[in-house]
Amino acid sequence: MLSGWGRLSRPGKEVFSEDLKALSQNAVLSRGLGRSYGDSALPPPGHLEVATTTLADRILSFDETSGTLRAEAGLSLRALNRLFLPRRWFTPVTPGTQDVTLGGMVAADVHGKNHHVEGTFGRHVRALLLRVADGRLIECSPIQEPELFWASVGGMGLTGHILEVTFQMEAIASPWIYEERETVPNIETLAAALKDAAPDWPFTVGWLDCLGKGRGILVRGRWAEAKKAPSDPPPPLSAVTVPFELPNWVLNRWSMRAFNIMTYYMQGSSSGKIVHPETFFYPLDKVRHWNRIYGRRGFIQYQCVLPSAGGPAAPQRFLDVLGEQRAAAFLCVVKDCAEEGQGMLSFPLPGISIALDLAVDARTQTLVDCLNETVLALGGRVYLAKDAFTREEHFRSMEPRLDAWLDVRKRWDPELRIKSAQSVRMLGDSA
Amino acid sequence: MKVALFGGTKGIGRALGRLLAEKGHKICLLGRNPEELLASSNDLQIRGGTSHTVGTATCDLLRPETFAPALASAEEQLEGLDTVIVTAAQFGSQPELETDRERARELLVVNFANTVTFCEEARTRLLDRGGGTLCVLSSVAGDRGRKPVILYGASKAGLSAYLEGLDHKFRSKGLKTICVKPGFVKTGMTAGLDPPPFAGKPEPVARDILRAIERGTPLVYTPAIWRYVMMLIRYLPRFVMRRIGF
Repeated sequence: MLSGWGRLSRPGKEVFSEDLKALSQNAVLSRGLGRSYGDSALPPPGHLEVATTTLADRILSFDETSGTLRAEAGLSLRALNRLFLPRRWFTPVTPGTQDVTLGGMVAADVHGKNHHVEGTFGRHVRALLLRVADGRLIECSPIQEPELFWASVGGMGLTGHILEVTFQMEAIASPWIYEERETVPNIETLAAALKDAAPDWPFTVGWLDCLGKGRGILVRGRWAEAKKAPSDPPPPLSAVTVPFELPNWVLNRWSMRAFNIMTYYMQGSSSGKIVHPETFFYPLDKVRHWNRIYGRRGFIQYQCVLPSAGGPAAPQRFLDVLGEQRAAAFLCVVKDCAEEGQGMLSFPLPGISIALDLAVDARTQTLVDCLNETVLALGGRVYLAKDAFTREEHFRSMEPRLDAWLDVRKRWDPELRIKSAQSVRMLGDSA
Repeated sequence: MKVALFGGTKGIGRALGRLLAEKGHKICLLGRNPEELLASSNDLQIRGGTSHTVGTATCDLLRPETFAPALASAEEQLEGLDTVIVTAAQFGSQPELETDRERARELLVVNFANTVTFCEEARTRLLDRGGGTLCVLSSVAGDRGRKPVILYGASKAGLSAYLEGLDHKFRSKGLKTICVKPGFVKTGMTAGLDPPPFAGKPEPVARDILRAIERGTPLVYTPAIWRYVMMLIRYLPRFVMRRIGF
């Protein structure tokens, strides 16, 4: 059995090799560290094996002056950070965990706390080496085969197997973060505060207590100036491990509520301090296998982006639907999104992104349908890397760019040999 | 250290090479495929920082005539040599080796006869320089004749015996021989097998190996628990070994 980070499993098996060129021959799908929540990295029905890239993790070149780095697709962000943070280089865009591969970061066109400044990861990718469905190796970039390139950025690995990634690293003043926090009474204030902070702060994120009074915390940060930061590089942080799957009842409405109240009071306000970059970017990485706390039932992360055009009341309307459905979201993370990226299926658009962690139960499908209808009405869309339940018709209506993307995909893979459980479920691929 | 690392492009050797590079040791990679050697040497160089060049020399365990020139080239590139590490070897599953006679013969030649021949060449060169360390990856599979690893295990049993003898004879002359016995480690080599309990990862295994090299420990099991697993296995009576599948 194989599963995504949300632990909803289906028959499947990972095949590993250091040699991606051999591994990708005739493979139905590539997979990285398995951090997509739903079924994006799971084999389609009728296939068992996915080609896992994690052993192919060599850095092929690095230009010390320009910061351009080329590496095999299985290189993890954790390894990259460990090597390059002390040298004052950092990836221009990082997702909320460092247990992702470069290939996965391209396939999901990940975004981070700095979307309003740097856009998605795809904006910083200079070239990709792909194994396309007919077996050819194609080097593509914004200049060379640009259509294939932009279809692959955010294309969930469905346009070809990503073998090598060339991207631009960013020089940083110091490897430490200067952070400020303040509490906010509700999502409307939070959304406004995110927009207010955007011009001055490269990193912003909001956290919301959806179970209690709806109050939240705004976090903003920037790389600390060299003279104000500790002279030592950030030491490796220790992590605790959830050793086994906890019983389903551990995480219930009351324990989640208590956790959220605790978070509000313990991490609410701070007038400014220097923090470890891993604490700032990857707070959940401190608990290994934290997905096990949801127990056997597993969980989903529902992430959508609501366009600014929907007005300031839109996020609250979305949360009201959540309340009407009596859904208990353990975590709720809010981010500011700026311009849409060039990736043909790239997720963010100008507005507010809301991510909710929800334990799976019998009503999850109904809940997701209901949330999707709200998102549709507000002109937003959902994030493929998180999705496990969205219906094909909903996704089609949310995604006017889908047909153009499908055209490019079909040009490179007319028989749709490369596919995933997700593409069969919601893009209409035959199993 | 000035290290010739044979088999550093993949698996445990790759992890060990990175560890050595990050600690600032000088490395020359030995291996069969020049493209792979170049890619891996770039990787090590970037990871280690720009201060030293990582050398390469082609060397093929199937072709003993490549051994002396490869080691000579490594000595030249490193401007000396004090450590030789061998992580290269062949692996084949028992069913595969049982049915393919030529494949089985090749594995036995590569893992035993040719590896020992390579070590003899390395031994002479290190002793000529006044000593050093020869660290070779054998396997827990050589500790007892077992059903799933009869042929592979036999090749490694021979290798372990050779390495022990070498250490007894030459340690007083300055040559430390280190026999590493990894248990099941998740690498490309074992990718087709279902991992048993206590399966290890290459990075911690590499750390154990480097520690053994630094301390001159003649025999290392890694992950460490395999020492006790194999101790138990060695004492199991034959009638039990006939019955179990391990």
